[in-house]
Amino acid sequence: MRALMRRTWLDLSSHKFLNLITVITVALSMLIVSAFLLFAANTGELLDSWRRGVRMMVYLQEGLDDARRRDLQQTLAKLPDISEVRYISKDKALQQLRRALPGQASIFATLRKNPLPDAFELRVAVGAASPQGLQEIATTIRSVPGVSDVEYGQQWLARFADVTRLLRMIGYTMGGLFLAAGIFIVANTVRLLLYSRRDEIDIMRLVGATERFIRMPFYLQGILQGALGGALGVTVLYLAYLYVAGGFRHAGLAGAFSPRFLSPAEIGALLLGSTLAGWLGCFLSLKQFSRLQENG
Amino acid sequence: MADDPIIRLFHVHKHYGSKSALADISLTFGRGEFVFVTGPSGAGKSTLLKLLYLGTPASAGQILVDGMNLARIPRKRIPYLRRRFGIIFQDYKLIASRSVFYNIALVLEAAGERSALIGKKVRHMLRSVGLEKKADVLPPSLSGGEQQKVAVARAMVGGPQIILADEPTGSLDPDSAAIIIGLLEDFHARGGTVIVATHDREMIRRSRRRVIALQDGRLATPAAREAP
Repeated sequence: MRALMRRTWLDLSSHKFLNLITVITVALSMLIVSAFLLFAANTGELLDSWRRGVRMMVYLQEGLDDARRRDLQQTLAKLPDISEVRYISKDKALQQLRRALPGQASIFATLRKNPLPDAFELRVAVGAASPQGLQEIATTIRSVPGVSDVEYGQQWLARFADVTRLLRMIGYTMGGLFLAAGIFIVANTVRLLLYSRRDEIDIMRLVGATERFIRMPFYLQGILQGALGGALGVTVLYLAYLYVAGGFRHAGLAGAFSPRFLSPAEIGALLLGSTLAGWLGCFLSLKQFSRLQENG
Repeated sequence: MADDPIIRLFHVHKHYGSKSALADISLTFGRGEFVFVTGPSGAGKSTLLKLLYLGTPASAGQILVDGMNLARIPRKRIPYLRRRFGIIFQDYKLIASRSVFYNIALVLEAAGERSALIGKKVRHMLRSVGLEKKADVLPPSLSGGEQQKVAVARAMVGGPQIILADEPTGSLDPDSAAIIIGLLEDFHARGGTVIVATHDREMIRRSRRRVIALQDGRLATPAAREAP
């Protein structure tokens, strides 16, 4: 094992520049992959936090008596996916509006009649808070007798979800492409090394070295390049994250949304991925090399 | 010697494409024998040696090395066959970018020898070829004779049964050549089998060993030369 490590180190140190370039390129690929992962994780979180707070306003038809209103409240509470139903009378709504617009007292003074309808404020269960789910709930509620209208932020929520879905898809595609690029780069480096050391490999075979003995240092190099590249990429991303998250705090947005970095499991998966990419690149090159040697 | 053969060839043929390199070679090498294989350039000397360590497979015929039928050896076992041989080439085939020590140690590392023993054995080998002070230098900075000594040390360090030497003195001055042959004689004196391919008639004449002569890929005088 020690001899293997020494041979790997000799190989690495005798092609320092090539190995350094490979690690940096793998790091760049992994940086892009992990940046997209981080973006997807945070937008997902953001969407969830908004959905948790999704409220629906159900406006009632005018002239509903208390009995019918209570029936309606029970009907709404029994609906699946509704976790809370709160009655807001039109008087209370007007009071709230007055409080919300303290500088506009003159407008309220001119009102002869309260123009606001009675309403129920519903809280929607998290599981049902997808754009489609909300739309279905709203449609159901609109058909309930006594309901005049249902309002929620469906438009912007749906659009935001669509945009993040699109960005995520772009992210996964780009991530896949860059991962493939990482594999290709390691494969290319190993291929260059293999060709530059063709004579050496022939000599090893002549003195009775097994293929395993010959290949092991190359595999170790590929794995090391993958792992180091991955670690470097994630480190750079972390520094960038610290910078951006600091900006959020300074802008006073920390309360509304605090971004998070990748979880240890996600970091582990990224490092494993880049290590595997290093291994795979090496595997492909060695396979091609031995096929060429057999034919030649 | 033929009573205890270590290598036997039965009607061995080798051709590269349509060109025949060796034709109908039947031979026996005894255990502990020192044999010269001679003939003009292109006679098939190197090819014959290559067949023995499966540097290339025979096109037809059978080769037995210490009871192993080379035609039946699976690919994965070839390294183990090669460890029975120490191979020396005219162009030394040393790894130019690695130290003399590394070049020799490689054989033992490849065979899975313990690190502690590797250093000991390599230093002992370097002493026996008179290069103990050159352990850390790179082969290209050595003279031809010194490089060939490193190659001999590498061939012997693993304790092989057989040494195959393909024109080992071809590019050396007479003094260096004599040292190399002396090292091979020492190996032989300790019971090892040595097969040397050469066209150096003077060296053959002086050593008085059995000679196998090849001409155009065939045994030149098969019956007469077969006996030691």
